[in-house]
Amino acid sequence: MLFVTVAVLLIALTVVDASYRRHGAEEALQQRGQLVAELALTDLALFTEARYTRHPSQSDLHSAFQDHPMALEYFPTGSFLSPPRRYRP
Amino acid sequence: MTKFIRKQRYLIDFTLSSLLRRKTKNLGLLLVYTLIVFILASVMLFTHALRSEAGIILQESPEIILQRMVAGRHALMPAEYLEKIGRVRGVVRKEGRLWGYFYDYATKSNYTMMAAPDKGLSNSEVIIGAGIARVRWLGIGDFISFNSFDGKTYTFEVKEILDSESELVSSDLVLMSETAWRTTLGVPEGYFTDIVLSVRNPREVSKIAGKLTLKLPDTRPILRDEILRTYDSVFAWRQGITFVLLAGAVLAFVIFAWDKASGLSAEEKREIGILKAVGWETGDVLHMKFWEGGIISLSAFMLGYLAAYVHVFYGSAVLFEPVLKGWAVLYPEFHPVPFIDGMQVATLFFFTVFPYTVATIIPIWRASITDPDTVMR
Repeated sequence: MLFVTVAVLLIALTVVDASYRRHGAEEALQQRGQLVAELALTDLALFTEARYTRHPSQSDLHSAFQDHPMALEYFPTGSFLSPPRRYRP
Repeated sequence: MTKFIRKQRYLIDFTLSSLLRRKTKNLGLLLVYTLIVFILASVMLFTHALRSEAGIILQESPEIILQRMVAGRHALMPAEYLEKIGRVRGVVRKEGRLWGYFYDYATKSNYTMMAAPDKGLSNSEVIIGAGIARVRWLGIGDFISFNSFDGKTYTFEVKEILDSESELVSSDLVLMSETAWRTTLGVPEGYFTDIVLSVRNPREVSKIAGKLTLKLPDTRPILRDEILRTYDSVFAWRQGITFVLLAGAVLAFVIFAWDKASGLSAEEKREIGILKAVGWETGDVLHMKFWEGGIISLSAFMLGYLAAYVHVFYGSAVLFEPVLKGWAVLYPEFHPVPFIDGMQVATLFFFTVFPYTVATIIPIWRASITDPDTVMR
């Protein structure tokens, strides 16, 4: 019973913690937003290995194999990135 | 009511001691169950946090980006296109953007080079992202060199390092003056990478994009909404793919748990027989087994969820880093902000706790309605 009570309390604590941390991150989020607005950025710097994975929202239809005819597809990024919605049927 | 609660407490006490009698088996089950919940919850929390954050910060990205396309590929935008656009009703600002890529042989990584005229940089100064500072061991006042398009080497002083809090969008950025950018990357005067437009009324964006396509048929507009949708679907896709990859493990667990929950061992059958022989009613046995399934699945859910929360929001989802990193040398160090979707957590709760609990009840009901003597034999 003690275990369940502790676990439930801890889960409740995650809700409080999440809300506290979200509140604390508001300024940082605002700063990131400001930087995006100031530099007119369009994408997240999550996948930096190739230009079409660095800026998926700006890539064109001919992105694949543009680095080199024999270039291997970037894995796993290539598999985890879906094509932009405007290119889907 | 008090009697009912007291009865359930006794039943739980009895169930716990019964579970502890088969300690190794039940702890093994709990461990595997917790691990499955942990992985599923980690993926869910991480992707939702990233999706929410991307949605908030990219809300500030340009409303319309105009790219010139030549033979289906992104080409440089002549500066006169800014004049060709002319006055379009609703457009409050339009300007050319200068950005491109630079492959650094020293670190084998790609940088995003950008001209930032508003930063007041001289032609020998740059501002770099925290990711570049990390991989090149650079501090403010240090020097960084870039090979230009014509083979010359230009050295720049690091004037500033962008705040590490903004690494998610700026980790690989190099900001420089317009002249320095053109000299290094070889883009002549009179050309931009693309054009960004600000629109006063968000409802007019698609109409304006349509007008621009008519005026400049060799361009394509990319709307902010499309950028946001791209990221929304990237993370939805990522979550989906991970779940598909995990499906094998989850199915193996489902078979294991179903087998464990629905098939009664001889020992368990004997226990039910004894309980019935000493006067327990069928309802009591069912209640007890309900608590048994409930305790295991609820514990697994709570432990798995808590571990996932700590992993994602305190450990920066360190287990997913190799997948996200891919081939990239430059990977932003970032701590996801805990945006949690209650509906997703509720769905996870339902699909992890409910089926197991129900699966334990049916075979017990079958065993507990048969004659104790038959069950014990």
